[in-house]
Amino acid sequence: MSLSAQLPVLPIVIPLLMAPITLLLPKGRAPWAWAVLCSWLAFAASVAIINNVYEFGVISYHLGDWAPPLGIEYRIDLMNALVLVLVSGIAAVVFPFAYESVKSEIDERQSPYFYGALLICMVGLLGVTITGDAFNIFVFLEISSLSAYALISMGGRRDRRALTSAFNYLIMGTIGASFFVIGVGLLYQATGTLNMADLHAKLAGQDNRVVQSGFAFIVVGIGLKLAMFPLHLWLPNAYTYAPSAVTAFMAATATKVAVYVLIRFFYTVFGFDFAFEVAAFTYVILPLGIAGMFIASLVAVFQEDVKRMLAYSSVAQIGYMLLGLSFATTAGLTAALVHMFNHALMKGALFMAVACVVLRTGSHSCHAFAGLAKRMPYTTWAFVLSGLSLIGVPLTVGFVSKWYLLQASFAAGHWYAGFLIVLSSLIAVVYVGRIAELMILREPDPDGPYALARKEAPLSMLIPMWVLVIANVYFGIRTELTGGVAERAATALMTMASGGAQ
Amino acid sequence: MLEFILERYNYWIVITLMMTGLYIVYARGNLVKKIVGLNVFQTSIFIFYITIGKIAGGTAPIYIGDDLKKMKEGAHGDGHGDDHGEGHDAEGLHDTPEGAHANDLSDAGEESLHSKIENQFPDVDGNDLKTALQNLEPSEGEGTEVEGLHETVEGGGKIANQMFEGADKEAAGFDVAGAKEAVEGGLHAAPDAAAAAAQTMGAAASHGEIIYTNPLPHVLILTAIVVGVAGTAVGLALAVRIREAYGTIEEDELEAMDNVAEFGAAGTERAQ
Repeated sequence: MSLSAQLPVLPIVIPLLMAPITLLLPKGRAPWAWAVLCSWLAFAASVAIINNVYEFGVISYHLGDWAPPLGIEYRIDLMNALVLVLVSGIAAVVFPFAYESVKSEIDERQSPYFYGALLICMVGLLGVTITGDAFNIFVFLEISSLSAYALISMGGRRDRRALTSAFNYLIMGTIGASFFVIGVGLLYQATGTLNMADLHAKLAGQDNRVVQSGFAFIVVGIGLKLAMFPLHLWLPNAYTYAPSAVTAFMAATATKVAVYVLIRFFYTVFGFDFAFEVAAFTYVILPLGIAGMFIASLVAVFQEDVKRMLAYSSVAQIGYMLLGLSFATTAGLTAALVHMFNHALMKGALFMAVACVVLRTGSHSCHAFAGLAKRMPYTTWAFVLSGLSLIGVPLTVGFVSKWYLLQASFAAGHWYAGFLIVLSSLIAVVYVGRIAELMILREPDPDGPYALARKEAPLSMLIPMWVLVIANVYFGIRTELTGGVAERAATALMTMASGGAQ
Repeated sequence: MLEFILERYNYWIVITLMMTGLYIVYARGNLVKKIVGLNVFQTSIFIFYITIGKIAGGTAPIYIGDDLKKMKEGAHGDGHGDDHGEGHDAEGLHDTPEGAHANDLSDAGEESLHSKIENQFPDVDGNDLKTALQNLEPSEGEGTEVEGLHETVEGGGKIANQMFEGADKEAAGFDVAGAKEAVEGGLHAAPDAAAAAAQTMGAAASHGEIIYTNPLPHVLILTAIVVGVAGTAVGLALAVRIREAYGTIEEDELEAMDNVAEFGAAGTERAQ
């Protein structure tokens, strides 16, 4: 019963127990400090876990000491561990950042509830990542989603549209989660188990209509949660009107975790033995990924609102991930995992820069960004650098993931996809360039609401933001860190998907 | 054909409710009605899960151990209280009866019954249910497969009926008590007495076994109900807030207002 034996459960238990305490703390700084402490503890535990997994292989933790097929198992391989570090790492950076931004956007009386909900949201995302039980995924997914609805609606103080967008997200998110439960139920009916490793073993050779419809329900349900291209309608508004710090956290983590679940079901639970999965890759996931890359990018070009623009860009970036995983090769899966990690870094940094601008100008319209380079140089350069990363300029993480993706698409024989990736990156040049031009070259309208002299964002926001920006460059140069882990994770998944045991 | 449809009436209920619920969500403009539609949709999932867990002839998955416990207390009234450690030792002996028994009862239906009594017996003794479940596991592997269960049920259902109608409960209880004593005796003369205990337990098993429906889907759906209630609560709370902020909860009116906010001052700036 040493602490290290209980390590896999710590990232869940610590925040889960600490979150309710947040509500008892006095309003103001205390709940924030508590949440930051908690996120750092979770991050430390996650790093310890990935070290452990990297050295000793898969961790299997039996919750309450009930043995797996009946009890709930936390099963952590390299892919979980990578996403785990990603989510808790983003939390550990965004939570300290949140204080000033939240103070200006949210009623101080609500701050304990806000940070409590933020912690619960993090628990949910970590739980989805860590668990090895299909039904448990649903529960944690709903834990994170329910708190996300509440968090988004807290933006209603600045703009009441946050409320309607939170409501729409609630409707679509609940339908998505319900579809997922139906799918899990059908799989349970076919196999009598909920443990994902066990499901994989028992599904082998069962290609009947129950399994097929279960597969379809799960893909559509998770597709709603991850904003797969035609199912993305909830995302732009939710990200636009949520409090800035919430957007930075959710954009970097929530959809990534859903992508993780999709990969988990594609590669661990089902596998290539199922003809329908290969068909789904070719006829559904690949075209939708490409469509998302283009249509969402094009829509992003015409947005007046920078947050909404970045939200559409997120939908496009999810298209890249779907494209990568639909190749059904190790290289493609590696690219999807690397891009998942890298996109979290760049979108986190971009939305944090927007949060700084919102703090000082009170708006996230693109007109508020005019001439910021002179007034808020650090914020501007953070935005520009992570924007370059979003485009995929060499020496940034964006380049690394696009490089992996290009290699994978040519290796898999989808050469046209390679050209389309480059083409859609050019669209990203347009929408990022438009804002960069406004920030660096334009001057604000002297009579307009944004003509006032402004000062730089406070240090408590600049430091976390620059941590992410530097991570963008660091992981862009030291590619073996993410690439190596992702490749090993992808190899393990591929052997499992093509029928081998883990 | 008609029979095929009628036999699966519960699935038709699920599908009808599901489609009704989804239709309400999409077609109704009133936010509260949308939430209600979502609830109808989720209810269909609950029924679907309950359908999965149902076993023909099975009773609710509520542990009916009271009778056994009472009889046990009657039989052991005197010698039980002071001898508390025995429970754990009896637990340790479980592997032996199980192994010995598998040979006797080759019939598949009987085997699952056997595993059920394994489950009950230690609990009567105040043992850990968990260990019992762990013992149960190997046979559970095949047992949980739904189709398999449906087949075994037919055999088991009859026995269950026997238990309720004809079985002499006190005799059954006495058997269990006897098994109990045998196990206690087994502490001193382990292997032989354990085998005897296994035999008496087997007798108890064929006398009175209760078929439970699969409890796992019920547990799952309890969780899903909690999640659903939480979702409804958040949704309704949001509807209240929307009503406060906009003065309406009709979707088209809300959209019109949002459009004015977004495009009203076209070309210039949206109102802060």
